[in-house]
Amino acid sequence: MKHDRTTTIIIAAFVLLVVLGKLLPQWAMFIMTVAFARGLVVLGLLLLLRAGLVSFGQALFYCIGAYAAGGLGRFFGISDIFLEMLVGGALAGVTAFVLGFLLARYRGIFFGLLSLALSMILYGLLVKTEALGSTDGFNILPSTLFGWRPDAEWVRYAVLVSAAAVAAFAAMLVHRYLQTPLGRLAPAIKDNEIRVEYMGASARRAVHVKYVIAATLAGIGGALAATAVGHIDPEMAYWTTSGEFIFIAILAGTGNVVAPFVGAALYGAIHTMAYDLSPNTWQMSLGIALLALIVFLPEGVWSLTGKFRARHS
Amino acid sequence: MPVILEARGLCKAFGAVTAASEVSAAIEKDSVVGLIGTNGAGKTTFINMITGYLKPDRGTISYEGRDITQLAPRDITRLGICRSFQIPQLYGSLSVYENMMVGIGIVLRNAGLAGYWSRANPPVPGFARPAPEVAEHLLQRFGLAADRGRNAQVLPGGARKLLDIALTMVAKPRVLLLDEPTSGVSAGEKFGIMQMVLEAARAEGATVLFVEHDMEVVSRFAQRVLAFYDGRVIADAPPQAALADPEVKRYVVGSARA
Repeated sequence: MKHDRTTTIIIAAFVLLVVLGKLLPQWAMFIMTVAFARGLVVLGLLLLLRAGLVSFGQALFYCIGAYAAGGLGRFFGISDIFLEMLVGGALAGVTAFVLGFLLARYRGIFFGLLSLALSMILYGLLVKTEALGSTDGFNILPSTLFGWRPDAEWVRYAVLVSAAAVAAFAAMLVHRYLQTPLGRLAPAIKDNEIRVEYMGASARRAVHVKYVIAATLAGIGGALAATAVGHIDPEMAYWTTSGEFIFIAILAGTGNVVAPFVGAALYGAIHTMAYDLSPNTWQMSLGIALLALIVFLPEGVWSLTGKFRARHS
Repeated sequence: MPVILEARGLCKAFGAVTAASEVSAAIEKDSVVGLIGTNGAGKTTFINMITGYLKPDRGTISYEGRDITQLAPRDITRLGICRSFQIPQLYGSLSVYENMMVGIGIVLRNAGLAGYWSRANPPVPGFARPAPEVAEHLLQRFGLAADRGRNAQVLPGGARKLLDIALTMVAKPRVLLLDEPTSGVSAGEKFGIMQMVLEAARAEGATVLFVEHDMEVVSRFAQRVLAFYDGRVIADAPPQAALADPEVKRYVVGSARA
């Protein structure tokens, strides 16, 4: 596999994190792990956004992934991080494959609201399901790694490195996918679907595939978030959770597969600081940040790299 | 010459408006056919039915002896019937070169030569060259090589038309339908564009049908003319004969925009 700049950056960042990660304070490890989890969801969103589709319902798959991970522990006593992510991603992907037959027919606001409605259906179901703790949700078993049960000092680091490994792998796969003829179809679908059809490709099928990939990533992210936080509840499927992902996508920009993770980390930082400074009005700080971003960096934080490059060449 | 495309008794109505009424035509392989008629006469409806965008209420379309009446546009494209558009349908956010590469990517994919992870550069079917070379070759052929890096959105009208047609060529069409290839193009450019397009199409071995309002263009480039009026074909003959037909003179030529 030919190494281009993005791949090099991803690998370098991963190595750096493995080496220096243990020096981070516990709270920072936690914030970064959650950022990787959210970043995975947003990576999927990036695929859809490039094809011109805004999903207001990625929380559906995020929540499925989380409950799959939780269910493994609650019903089977399994707490392996990678197994949780595998099952979470697979379950989300299968769900998206089925729902995709319906959703891939729609575009624009119809696609957005339909995906939102589906996530709210799951929310409604979970709230009513006693066996899954209804509105309270339930706790997740402490994470294990291929049979290894890290002690309290190591567990956050182990989870962080696992998260980083999966995120790096996913980012490289998506990066590669975007360079294939099928991946390149995304902007074409956004620009002109009629032309895509008249050149002999099925836009609906391409959208379906992207929807499944995005859902799988969201499912993995959900499983990761569940094991990092140690608790899950139906809020994970609520529309505000989907809103967070879109917020991050706008914050990050869709220019590069690394952007979602940078955006998610930045979001985590803004969120934590806003909560710290004004616990009762943190949403307002977040809102102001978003407004400022739309005004000053409409292409997202990632567009800064292009500006930087332009200035230095 | 063998018949490559045949329409039999096509009918299509939109509510009370009859867009096609018993339209029949047999298109010979390697011919160049001009479709004329006033706006609303049924030319574009005819093209839309052949390419699968509209399904006729009655009648059949066969291509090389195969019934294609009920196929979807993308399946008809895959069989080798491609079309250009009256209003160019481009990928506006992409460069001219990327527009071509998207198209070639679809061709590779349909030929089973490009998967979800493959970044290999296999020769493109019909061209026996890798994708970037095919893109360059076609851009050269259509005089767009200098514009390769420009955004499709900002191209001037004539270049947009040419790119729209160049995009149809990536699939090596056997039948090429051009919907008003010279509309929106300055009078001076018209002949040049038609010349270039027909030369390219003939060189790639395509049978051509084109919709045209300029009778000078029609009589110079078409070998045969189908004249439409009110959803019917009122003349089907070589240009001189068709343009001299009294009905055509009365309904088409007299009111056509020059």
